[in-house]
Amino acid sequence: MPKRTDIQSVLVIGSGPIVIGQAAEFDYSGTQACRVLKAEGLRVILVNSNPATIMTDPEIADATYVEPITPEFVEKIIVKERPDALLPTLGGQTALNTAISMHEQGVLEKYGVELIGANVEAINKGEDRDLFKDVVEAVRAKIGHGESARSYICHSMDDVLKGVEQLGGYPVVVRPSFTMGGAGSGFAHDEEELRRIAGQGLTLSPTTEVLLEESILGWKEYELELMRDKHDNVVVVCSIENFDPMGVHTGDSITVAPAMTLTDREYQRLRDIGIAIIREVGVDTGGCNIQFAVNPDDGRIIVIEMNPRVSRSSALASKATGFPIAKIAAKLAVGYTLDEIPNDITEKTPASFEPTLDYVVVKAPRFAFEKFPSADSTLTTTMKSVGEAMAIGRNFTEALQKALRSLEKKGSQFTFVGEPGDKTALLEEAIRPTDGRINSVMQAIRAGATQEEVFESTKIDPWFVDQLFLIKELADELAAADRLDPSLLAEAKRHGFSDAQIAEIRGLREDVVREVRHALGVRPVYKTVDTCAAEFAAKTPYFYSSYDEENEVAPREKPAVIILGSGPNRIGQGIEFDYSCVHASFALSDAGYETVMVNCNPETVSTDYDTSDRLYFEPLTLEDVLEIVHAESLAGPIAGVIVQLGGQTPLGLSQALKDNGVPVVGTPPEAIHAAEDRGAFGQVLAEAGLPAPKHGTATTFAGAKAIADEIGYPVLVRPSYVLGGRGMEIVYDETRLEAYIAESTEISPSRPVLVDRFLDDAIEIDVDALYDGHELYLGGVMEHIEEAGIHSGDSACALPPITLGGFDIKRLRASTEAIAKGVGVRGLINIQFAMAGDILYVLEANPRASRTVPFTSKATAVPLAKAAARISLGATIAELRAEGLLPASGDGGTLPLDAPISVKEAVMPWSRFRDIHGRGVDTILGPEMRSTGEVMGIDSVFGTAYAKSQAAAYGPLPTKGRAFISVANRDKRSMIFPARELVAHGFELLATSGTAEVLKRNGIHATVVRKQSEGTGPNGERTIVQLIHEGEVDLIVNTPYGTGGRLDGYDIRTAAVARSVPCLTTVQALAAAVQGIDALNHGDVGVRSLQEHAEHLTAARD
Amino acid sequence: MTTSTRGASRTPAVLVLEDGRIFRGRAYGAVGVTFGEAVFSTGMTGYQETLTDPSYHRQVVVMTAPHVGNTGVNDEDPESKRIWVAGYVVRDPARVPSNWRSRRSLDEELTKQGVVGISGIDTRALTRHLRERGAMRVGIFSGNALPDEGTMLAEVRQAPEMKGASLYEEVATTEAYVVPAIGEKKFTVAAVDLGIKGMTPHRMAERGIEVHVLPATATAEDIYAVGPDGVFFSNGPGDPEKAEHPVSLMREVLERKTPLFGICFGNQILGRALGFGTYKLKYGHRGINQPVQDRTTGKVEVTAHNHGFAVDAPLDRVSDTPYGRAEVSHVCLNDQVVEGLQLLDQPAFSVQYHPEAAAGPHDAAYLFDRFVELMAEKGAQRA
Repeated sequence: MPKRTDIQSVLVIGSGPIVIGQAAEFDYSGTQACRVLKAEGLRVILVNSNPATIMTDPEIADATYVEPITPEFVEKIIVKERPDALLPTLGGQTALNTAISMHEQGVLEKYGVELIGANVEAINKGEDRDLFKDVVEAVRAKIGHGESARSYICHSMDDVLKGVEQLGGYPVVVRPSFTMGGAGSGFAHDEEELRRIAGQGLTLSPTTEVLLEESILGWKEYELELMRDKHDNVVVVCSIENFDPMGVHTGDSITVAPAMTLTDREYQRLRDIGIAIIREVGVDTGGCNIQFAVNPDDGRIIVIEMNPRVSRSSALASKATGFPIAKIAAKLAVGYTLDEIPNDITEKTPASFEPTLDYVVVKAPRFAFEKFPSADSTLTTTMKSVGEAMAIGRNFTEALQKALRSLEKKGSQFTFVGEPGDKTALLEEAIRPTDGRINSVMQAIRAGATQEEVFESTKIDPWFVDQLFLIKELADELAAADRLDPSLLAEAKRHGFSDAQIAEIRGLREDVVREVRHALGVRPVYKTVDTCAAEFAAKTPYFYSSYDEENEVAPREKPAVIILGSGPNRIGQGIEFDYSCVHASFALSDAGYETVMVNCNPETVSTDYDTSDRLYFEPLTLEDVLEIVHAESLAGPIAGVIVQLGGQTPLGLSQALKDNGVPVVGTPPEAIHAAEDRGAFGQVLAEAGLPAPKHGTATTFAGAKAIADEIGYPVLVRPSYVLGGRGMEIVYDETRLEAYIAESTEISPSRPVLVDRFLDDAIEIDVDALYDGHELYLGGVMEHIEEAGIHSGDSACALPPITLGGFDIKRLRASTEAIAKGVGVRGLINIQFAMAGDILYVLEANPRASRTVPFTSKATAVPLAKAAARISLGATIAELRAEGLLPASGDGGTLPLDAPISVKEAVMPWSRFRDIHGRGVDTILGPEMRSTGEVMGIDSVFGTAYAKSQAAAYGPLPTKGRAFISVANRDKRSMIFPARELVAHGFELLATSGTAEVLKRNGIHATVVRKQSEGTGPNGERTIVQLIHEGEVDLIVNTPYGTGGRLDGYDIRTAAVARSVPCLTTVQALAAAVQGIDALNHGDVGVRSLQEHAEHLTAARD
Repeated sequence: MTTSTRGASRTPAVLVLEDGRIFRGRAYGAVGVTFGEAVFSTGMTGYQETLTDPSYHRQVVVMTAPHVGNTGVNDEDPESKRIWVAGYVVRDPARVPSNWRSRRSLDEELTKQGVVGISGIDTRALTRHLRERGAMRVGIFSGNALPDEGTMLAEVRQAPEMKGASLYEEVATTEAYVVPAIGEKKFTVAAVDLGIKGMTPHRMAERGIEVHVLPATATAEDIYAVGPDGVFFSNGPGDPEKAEHPVSLMREVLERKTPLFGICFGNQILGRALGFGTYKLKYGHRGINQPVQDRTTGKVEVTAHNHGFAVDAPLDRVSDTPYGRAEVSHVCLNDQVVEGLQLLDQPAFSVQYHPEAAAGPHDAAYLFDRFVELMAEKGAQRA
């Protein structure tokens, strides 16, 4: 049955900003879907507020709306575009919830928009725990297998307490309904924990509903990815087994595909249940994910949950098998059946089959607990990881060790030297699931733990435990061997040992091991991911390395460009870098090169086998990259390796690659050094006559104090050689400086602390630019909303800059050019400036694609990353202007006056983390980056653009109601005007006594409320925290003073997060918000597609 | 649990293909020499079922899934009383079995049953070789004193070929036995054992069928002596061209219009009985992920396959046969190979794949219901 002919246009909803639990995988799936639908001749309308996505590139959809994903804005888009259908299953929980809410409001019916890919009834049956229990029950009645954990549905705290009794006591699992990534769920071991977790869960759940469940901690955990078409053909695309048993969110578990420890009978039982569920739920077309727990003692199967949509696991399954779930889901949604869709990889067999693997896939999560030192690092059923790496090997050990080194985190690889520690203590430590538990287990094994003991502590399946023993035994052999003979070396490589690990064990240098290995002829081969275990010939070069016999890399004619990706998402290095890599691949392919992508992040578009000519799903370590370069150099000519676009990961390899004779193109390693090394960069600035804030380096408190005394407080202090502002702090006085030096573990004689003058009240400016050696193209100038001192990644910013004049831009351009030239950039450079008074200081320069490249590109309708890739390979800016890749004249510094204003806002993961007492973590911004993602608001004026950015990031700004204001002394002056504006808009102001006093003296009335520390008043007057919790505050303005103490602000801000009340933590944000509120209160806010914006901009440029 | 060192065995082993390609690895299971036809199986689960499937008689099975033996060996999952494969090729055998039903390790089981295997070779390279060159003869030689390559190759080339081999008699039961119906008995079926898997009579028994499993040498008299409502022809090894007795036996059943069902080898027998040819596939279908379309409904089922031969029947039309009109009822969507036949004028049908699964998905279990319906209709006519 071919495609439906009654649908001509489809609205696709994306997933919005990257948050924990909803990340780049939805860009991957959404991009695939949009491309498929467009190729089918449909008009594709897309809404997604996240500018750092490939899907929001103007060529992916016909009309791309970078607007907030809220029912209100989506309705505006529907009114304007009048699509025939809405596809809600590819944008995660955000898209699904938005679609459901629009259905319930009758919007879809009103405009005749058909939901495709999932019907409302099926979504509800899949997502509503009560209904889903009935589904499982019905399945059990039909096929005799599968059951739900015994559970109890609650709508109030009374229900919750009753429920525990019904289930026979603690521990119990608490799961709020309809939240993404399991937000708000957890284990309660006693009443106190229960009250906290369930209380928050009731609030988080849009239906004020939580489920209490019997504990199945320690059971084996599995997932199946299924697809169904309208003829009721169902296939299981992939089985996934969790290395970490039940109790850890699957997003936080190490997971393995295919399932490793099931017999066929048990596997088929899961398959039967899965198929019966997808039918019973009534997912008409598309994919779903079903999670199971299996009792290791008797095989009892519990169905945990299902997601009636494309999910993180389905992205993983797609990458793990080569079966593109999202792409096929999109085709099924428009009427095709599985047997009508060809398998891309074999080209001749249909998609109506089940992939079979002749390799093992391991996914390992990447956490960011170091950014949230007060957060409890225990892994629970609430997802906390910020990214993941996937690795493929021909066996589990190879895949596991590759995955661990792909995480690129100190200590993520197994280490076999030094004292392991006390066995009992290590086993005790391994009971609690944490980031790196697998390393504790390995140390316990080294310390003499038996397989039984490891199983007792962790409940990790004995087969997996034995695999860890296998690795440890090999490490022992490596240590004991007289010399590295070829068979031992090959065996170690076959089980995934890196050259670095072998070097550590043997007390050698990594490069020496590599030399020996090469001399002995021990090198990896590359195998193909082909969906069919080699039963049919694969047409798609999707490779992974293995120490095996036969290499499958085919010779090629065209010169290849190898693009190094950015590895697992982490705070500070996320999807923005993948965006640039993908753009480079597209641009270089258009320019006639064969593109070769290297990356290990399964969530991304770059690791879609469709993106580049060849894909190597490999770790981004020097060893792995060198081997790929070697393999590709045997296949054909190599034009160069691009390290500039994937963030710090590939940039860090630059010098070593060059030293190994690899042709690194673009900005040379020496230039990268010139920008990153403080001394060398200082010289660049001095030669160009550019000022930098006063600074110095010290290794002791006395030294740091001397510098601070000289340059004056506040100072910005940080350890050297860190990324993403790690450990960076603004220090206002000597006491704190002393404490900082004492607390910091990173400071040593070889790693001094950097002390910079902190530019209080400075405007921070980000510039993205291209430089080809002769000409500068100023990509865009972004003015931060928050003052300098807040990490640029966490700061909101506007482009074009809203308060800078022509003269300032001229100075920025001149400085940027001087730095780009002085450093020796060939491609992109990002520079951060601070304007204090009238002086333009240079804060830092990064000679690479920055986090803001996608935002700048979208805001100015110019593909900067594409241009950078071309410049790396020798094109000039003049040539690119002539070609039309860059505008014929002008640049991002000369935007027409009526160019739209774009606002970027960062999205913070506060609600995900709690400290060990279950309290929220503080939400103040600082020099250390902590945001996971970003949104863009675009409109013709700043206020509206800012309001849109807030709506997209955190929910709409309130236009009336109660605003609570409490600011630090230094902010009191700047608060007066915005406060007056709020009153003018009809807000009632609440303030603590100090702030209220200042307001009153300025003629602004504010009701005084009690601080939390004052407690409830004699007549029951509630504190501000109580008021927030009771939903009586609509807007919170709370600026902190320092980060040290547990001040009142902490309780206020965490309450704001818990109750989802907009909370502004800087006065600059308040000023911007007031403009936004003003815009919302004045007339209708419209929507406009990027294509329309671009058309307008292009016309204005001419 | 064991405390063995890595790699269960360090005894060398060599796999030699008849075209001269050689793979060196380590001994797995019994140490010794074995010959057979090299075939690959792509199932990721179900090695116990595969090993004990009589259709693999005289075949050396290459597992494309790298990890084999993880769930050990239990006493419930075998499809027959012994392991039938002639040799076993795996990449990474488990050192520790892990499953609540496991009784012993696969390595032990293979050794106990004298099955020679090899581990630690590039099974993907071997699979690709077989895919490109076709299934061929192979030898596995393990032990500490191995002959030189030329000698080994010569021995492989002396081994018998699969084409033209008649093997079903070697695997079938010699004594008739009865598998009782589970619950109320509704029908009696005579099942001709050409290498039957244990799950097949079980699937029938689940549907109230009392199954009389008869030796491959059974005559029509033997069949009708049990008073069957239907007759079944099982799967089995070897070249259907050599299966003269089963073909003529089936013709007698067709003459009498008794409801008839065949699986795998049984499908090839039906093809030959109807006058179609059979041929050897280049490298066969062996796995549990094969898409088969039921041409009567258009629906696709994911099915278990184990066949090296196939029926040559036209896909695009109904054929006239001595028993009335026949058509291809099922087809494999990967390569358009005939996967099922049915007669339109009398109650007989067969499939080339394995609706009993074991190992494999249960999507095609409805075919046993179809057999039951045929018998019920026939019964109704008679009544």
